Amino acid sequence: MRYKIQTANLSYDFKSLRNLMAKATPPRSGDYLAGVAAVNHLERVAAQWVLADVPLKQFLNEALVPYEQDEVTRLIIDSHNASAFAPVSHLTVGDFRNWLLSEQATTKALTALAPGLTPEMVAAVSKIMRIQDLILVAKKCRVVTRFRGTIGLADRLSTRLQPNHPTDNAAGVAASLLDGLLYGCGDAVIGINPASDNLQATTRLLHLLNDVIERYQIPTQACVLAHVTTTLNAMAQGTPVDLVFQSIAGTEKANDSFGINLTLLDEAHQAALALQRGTVGTNCMYFETGQGSALSANAHLGLDQQTCEARAYAVARRFQPLLVNTVVGFIGPEYLYDGKQIIRAGLEDHFCGKLLGLPMGCDVCYTNHAEADQDDMDILLTQFAVAGGTFIMGVPGADDVMLNYQSTSFHDALYLRQVLDLRPAPEFEQWLQNQQIFTGDNRLPNHRDIPALFKPTLEKLGGYGSE
Amino acid sequence: MAVNKPEQPIATPDPWQTLREFTPARIGLGRAGMSLPTQASLDFQLAHALARDAVNIPLDFTHLAEALAARGLASLTLASQADNQRLYLQRPDLGRLLAESAAETLRRHATHQADAVIVVADGLSSKAIACHAENFLALLLPALQSYALPPVCLVRHGRVAIGDAIAEQFAARLCILLIGERPGLSSPDSMGIYFTYRPRAGISTDADRNCISNIHHNGLSYAQAVQKLLFLIKEAEQRQLSGVELKDGTVEAVLDNQQASGCFLLG
Repeated sequence: MRYKIQTANLSYDFKSLRNLMAKATPPRSGDYLAGVAAVNHLERVAAQWVLADVPLKQFLNEALVPYEQDEVTRLIIDSHNASAFAPVSHLTVGDFRNWLLSEQATTKALTALAPGLTPEMVAAVSKIMRIQDLILVAKKCRVVTRFRGTIGLADRLSTRLQPNHPTDNAAGVAASLLDGLLYGCGDAVIGINPASDNLQATTRLLHLLNDVIERYQIPTQACVLAHVTTTLNAMAQGTPVDLVFQSIAGTEKANDSFGINLTLLDEAHQAALALQRGTVGTNCMYFETGQGSALSANAHLGLDQQTCEARAYAVARRFQPLLVNTVVGFIGPEYLYDGKQIIRAGLEDHFCGKLLGLPMGCDVCYTNHAEADQDDMDILLTQFAVAGGTFIMGVPGADDVMLNYQSTSFHDALYLRQVLDLRPAPEFEQWLQNQQIFTGDNRLPNHRDIPALFKPTLEKLGGYGSE
Repeated sequence: MAVNKPEQPIATPDPWQTLREFTPARIGLGRAGMSLPTQASLDFQLAHALARDAVNIPLDFTHLAEALAARGLASLTLASQADNQRLYLQRPDLGRLLAESAAETLRRHATHQADAVIVVADGLSSKAIACHAENFLALLLPALQSYALPPVCLVRHGRVAIGDAIAEQFAARLCILLIGERPGLSSPDSMGIYFTYRPRAGISTDADRNCISNIHHNGLSYAQAVQKLLFLIKEAEQRQLSGVELKDGTVEAVLDNQQASGCFLLG
């Protein structure tokens, strides 16, 4: 197929689908760094015109990364469901956008379509969508997953409680954990990023989380975000593991730089399934992704970073994860320069993930060398929730003192619950209300009493003053 | 900053302040309705302002060179190919390459061979270098008296790998690079040290380096950092390598100490 256009007295020839996709991508610093971005506005829009005319079927004929060379491409092609694809198989990218926005694209139709879509198809259509399009369509998707709670039901928003500590100190972790629980946070997962990725530290933290969840009968799941090989070793030693975590990317080479491949993930998935620790379901994987990770490993293979990101979702969906989290602003300004780029990337990732059938959360976040601030995060946070985002992070005061970046706070989740009337996962909601942490309408109570469940613990620490 | 306190506070404090002794995290912040109270909100903005300024306010290289000269240390001021801050943040590749003028300066000065080269780069926190570089070097250099050292190389808009090219110019065996780290809200002035044995421009990678991170007033002290660095230098000289193969043997003892305290939630 030729990817040519004549516009405004200039002619463009984009040579390959991979090149066309990169040129059509809304501007972001990582694509300039990679040298694949459009050189000016006109070239970008020309590419978007050409892309809109590409039949969706072309993505099955022209692999952006060769089939022979990349196991992620093989996974995408080999697992493509042609009968699920049938309802849209005659459409171009431009008509696919129209179809997604139309009343024909119901929640039921989108759920049935997901196995028929490839990451490249959804990445392509996202490139010609505005933010309101990304929100509208994602909002129609529904992805429900289960372990000890039910994540992703309509009008619900879950939170990952992230009680990180600079040295993995047990009391330090517990202090942030309790603060978060008392603010109603933690139904997606209680997940710790360990300061040091070794078996001993990981095992110690896994026992801590397991014991807290059992002791206080919290309907949630635990995760220590160590490398998958560390978690495999922990499982082999009989350590309680609810969710297996791993960072994943969209090319075999990038995954190789993370020290993983599909076989290894499969082994970890099977090991976690065999533990049968879920009470209401068996989704037991937690993946994190983020635009730019392949480029930072010099493994983008000429792809733009957003297409690369969508390909990571093919890896994720093979393992029916409980949670997928795009850590959108963590990577820094060389990939997403400012608030505007971070906001769009977060909403693109959510849209692409949801369309592919994934339970997408977003770490609404930024670093101090990015041109972004709390106002930018509030915009993304609000738009993500309006789009039906599955979960966000809960970090004390939005300041992660271990990873040195700013995420979202327990207070941020409560803001969304108020303005959009979003409830936690039903099992966790029941627990919060039973423990009188939340009132019947999912608000913090007016009084300042410590819930009875945690009162003895805090009293033992030498009383609790309010000042 | 004090916020007016009426008889019945409008903001609701959290009655678990006692937990704050266990972590530097922002816990027990209280709430106004269910949102962040004014004081906690402004505390955050203050910390963010300090961190942003650490990234964006340029390092005063003249002042640093003068301060080093006052301690009897010669220095050269060099630049990377990222010639402004915006470009520096977006193009890490350019921050790893010496500007032509810098290469020329080095050619003029690299007349004899050196054992080790000391590079000081502004990195992502000018504040880190302004606060810590001079005092750290004052402590380190007496311990390196047996080494032939060229002038300290100060690099504007430099990334870690730029040290490799500088070390090559002096045919130096060791590269010790001080750099301002990505500032956190609670540590806007954190300095890092990257140590590379036999660095080679364009070939050495992060896997070939050892990093000593978090040097600031609430983090690693200068003395601790010097101790770690000297340990790495000694090991590297013996084994003729640096990087992932070279473990920092001083680290484990520190970490083990901190795990003694138990978890009050399970007590």
